[in-house]
Amino acid sequence: MSKVRVLVGTKKGGFILTSDEERKQWDVQGPLFAGWEVYHMQASPANPDRLYAAPSTGWFGQVIQRSDDGGKTWEPVGNEFVYDGETGTHQWYDGTQHPWDFTRVWVLEPSPSDPDTLFAGVEDAALFKSTDGGTTWQELPALREAKGHLWQPGAGGMCLHKIVLDPGNPDRIFTAISAAGAFRSDDGGQSWKPVTNGLKSEWELPDATAEVGHCVHNIALHPSRPDVLYMQKHWDVMRSDDAGDNWYEVSGNLPSDFGFPIAVHAHEPETIYVIPIKSDSEHYPPEGKLRVYRSRTGGNEWEALTNGLPQENCFHNILRTAMAVDTLDSCGIYFGTTGGQVYASADSGDHWMPIVSDLPKVLSVEVQVVP
Amino acid sequence: MIRVILPTHLWRLAGTQREIEIEVAGTPTLEKVLDEIEARYPPLKGTIRDHVTKERRAFIRFFISGEDWSHEPPDTPLPEVIASGQEPLRIIGALAGG
Repeated sequence: MSKVRVLVGTKKGGFILTSDEERKQWDVQGPLFAGWEVYHMQASPANPDRLYAAPSTGWFGQVIQRSDDGGKTWEPVGNEFVYDGETGTHQWYDGTQHPWDFTRVWVLEPSPSDPDTLFAGVEDAALFKSTDGGTTWQELPALREAKGHLWQPGAGGMCLHKIVLDPGNPDRIFTAISAAGAFRSDDGGQSWKPVTNGLKSEWELPDATAEVGHCVHNIALHPSRPDVLYMQKHWDVMRSDDAGDNWYEVSGNLPSDFGFPIAVHAHEPETIYVIPIKSDSEHYPPEGKLRVYRSRTGGNEWEALTNGLPQENCFHNILRTAMAVDTLDSCGIYFGTTGGQVYASADSGDHWMPIVSDLPKVLSVEVQVVP
Repeated sequence: MIRVILPTHLWRLAGTQREIEIEVAGTPTLEKVLDEIEARYPPLKGTIRDHVTKERRAFIRFFISGEDWSHEPPDTPLPEVIASGQEPLRIIGALAGG
């Protein structure tokens, strides 16, 4: 019988939640790296027992931790993230230019085929790659040449927070940066272009359809259809059918199209999930009702999923990296809140239950199915 | 023998104890002490000072006999109480809440 591991990064450490395929009884391991802010933990698809974690603090900087036994033991590996060449400046909140400065790793994305190869998205926004299991890191600097001087920080900092690797084409990589936009490389990261045509940010940008500057909160695709991308932007849920070249809005009947995470069902490429948040200043669910919204039509037509979720007085946020899906036949959906709950559904979102209720603020949720 | 007290995050990260003992050649300085700490405990590289510039991280402070050495040039000789092991060099994460 397979095992399910949910990797949870929190404000004060990492946690590993383990269950069998039923996903009813959960074992909680942690806190790992106690006291560190774990922005992300992720497993290698090529070796399920190879895990990576990215703990950091404002005091002591960045550490990368690696496990080869499914998270039982960890060892610190390389943490030297040095930008390649002249870094120059990017736009600051007030429009002045500001030096590029490394703060932390936001996201780790292991290769689908090689457990020693992984990418790291960092703040200030840049993409790094390691081919030796995280021991050394090299920047792919061409990304910053995609009008990097016009990028600006969002409220959380100027972070590269999402890396999507096309599972069928190792040369194709997508990244998302707040507040810069979405970018695509078709040559393994040697060159990049913004893929933002169709995005509109009329309340955030002086030029609502600018090529860069959009606050993209997350992007997702289904591995069987890598040209179809879904995006939760600051405001607006968007879709592209041509690998990001053009986007159109699919917010439809959502109660709010502001939000952070977006996910695609493991077996139904047209089934997608978002968690609406009231507004950019009111980071909690509309009406205090925690609702996951599911579209089975690739957007536009949405249904509220509420069974097992609090439907009154819920005022937590769900951060951009804090939702994931598993690959079991009955697809599991997981998300974590800033209030420290991790909710799971073992039936595509129809029913929910909390796995844990009192963790520190949840920064990220990932899930893996272990044979 | 030089005694160094590490902040909790760092001695746990290094897999050691709160207080460590190290040896440096010649007259001890902050720079030599940090070089030796990083050589003996590689996971601490980048956590006390920058990998490349070797500048102290902003929220790290150094104290000797209750005095703040955080802003002393790194090649300043450390006092005899440190060189002799009579007192420890304290590496402290700045009080900043959280």
